[in-house]
Amino acid sequence: MIELENVAYSYGGGELLSDISLTLQAGSFHFLTGPSGAGKTTLLKLCYGALVPTAGHVTLFGADRREMDRDDIAMARRRIGVVHQDCQFLDHLSVNDNIALPLIVSGRDLLAESANLNELMTWVGLKERATAMPPELSGGERQRAALARAIIMSPDAILADEPTGNVDWEMSQRLLRLLIELNRMGKTIMVATHDLALIRAAKSHVQARVLRISNRRLQLAGADL
Amino acid sequence: MTRAPARIVEFIMGDAQADRCVPPTGFTASLTLFSAAAMAFLAVFALALSLATGRLADRWGSELARSSTIRISAPEGQLAAQTEAALRVLETTSGVASARALGHDEQRDLLEPWFGPDLPLDTLPIPQLIEVVEAEDGFDPDGLRLRLAAEVPGAVLDDHTRWRRPLVEAATRLRTLGLFSILIIGGATAAMITLAANAALAANAQVISVLRLVGARDRYIAQAFVRRFTLRALIGAGVGVVIAAVAILLLPAAQDAGGFLTGLGFQGLQWLWLFVIPPLAAAVAFAATQAAAVKTLKDMP
Repeated sequence: MIELENVAYSYGGGELLSDISLTLQAGSFHFLTGPSGAGKTTLLKLCYGALVPTAGHVTLFGADRREMDRDDIAMARRRIGVVHQDCQFLDHLSVNDNIALPLIVSGRDLLAESANLNELMTWVGLKERATAMPPELSGGERQRAALARAIIMSPDAILADEPTGNVDWEMSQRLLRLLIELNRMGKTIMVATHDLALIRAAKSHVQARVLRISNRRLQLAGADL
Repeated sequence: MTRAPARIVEFIMGDAQADRCVPPTGFTASLTLFSAAAMAFLAVFALALSLATGRLADRWGSELARSSTIRISAPEGQLAAQTEAALRVLETTSGVASARALGHDEQRDLLEPWFGPDLPLDTLPIPQLIEVVEAEDGFDPDGLRLRLAAEVPGAVLDDHTRWRRPLVEAATRLRTLGLFSILIIGGATAAMITLAANAALAANAQVISVLRLVGARDRYIAQAFVRRFTLRALIGAGVGVVIAAVAILLLPAAQDAGGFLTGLGFQGLQWLWLFVIPPLAAAVAFAATQAAAVKTLKDMP
């Protein structure tokens, strides 16, 4: 599905990631951990095609990232739901419209999708906040809205960058449960986080592979996790 | 080709959902509307100038080219005889449709603007004027001059070439200048709309980033901006054309005494040109915004 082979990424003369090889298979659950600035976000961006590796190969759904044009990347993004730590909403649209944004840009009929949209809003607990504007949402609500937007197109993979970074423990557990539920539906999940407690909590519910970025390289995390 | 109108209608109708993705931008919206209105206003006047000078050039070029004057200066006793002789020469000259000696009153009318109504014409040695109207194929002025020199020594042929040519040239150049002005106005409109589109795209970098994140193609993002700017240019130019049309209608009507200045405007079917300007402005805006959007989106990471 998503494959990185001996990938390196440099920026501003310095190498941020080196010799990274990783395969995200369908239905797998990965945690990506490491200290701040280790390159977790960069690795996620390589995984969803926002960055082009300076060495090695990134393959998205069978296509080499270097061979993909803007349209190809856009099509790949429809199969990969992305949740950013800062969420990134369009502040002039309601929560409901923001969540429906992937449907809008892909030309889907919103009327036909309204039942799915309502169901999703209920699932993430935002049905009552559908008409609110993004700046009115709390941190947890923003994260759940971002997750809902990421999965509205029923993507094959969901990549989340510090999804629990701005929420309390209870909310982070709630988000984790949503991600585990999605994984049980067959979705590939990759969560970048430095919250080891979250990883430990997840491992009792899901078969997750924990990866750590250390010294620009990717390692399988030790038994301490 | 048959699909083109359908695509234009589809473009104008747009996609209401897609339009909402890009937030309305007050500053660039006002700038585009005002620029398009101002440029359309100027374009209407440039077009009016061009058409008016075109009419003048045609009139001077055709009507005056077909008329000539023979001036006979002779001692008082010989004036009538030389006039008769000149008319006889003209009757037998190939290419002359008609010729007639101007009457006493007509000559006084011609001189009145310069000497006033009380001119004692009878007491002055005024030359006799003969108006000559050429046939379609025209006459040979050099040949006629030679015959007049031989048979009517006091006659001088003036075929108006000397003063008509610079007038026609001036009118033709003014017409070219008017058309060139329209091109300049089109270029300035494109430049201003490009600047406004670039400003809008830069101001919406975050929006573009989000749209890309959720799988929007660049073509989709570009179209949201292009459609918005094209419609603004169309509306702005429409307003500018209406204001300019009213202003032209308020200009004094064409009069002989006013000459060129009172002839500025449109006549008959020429008014239809006004309907061309808003779509043309929209086409310029479409091309300018499309180019700006494609370049900006390409340069964005």
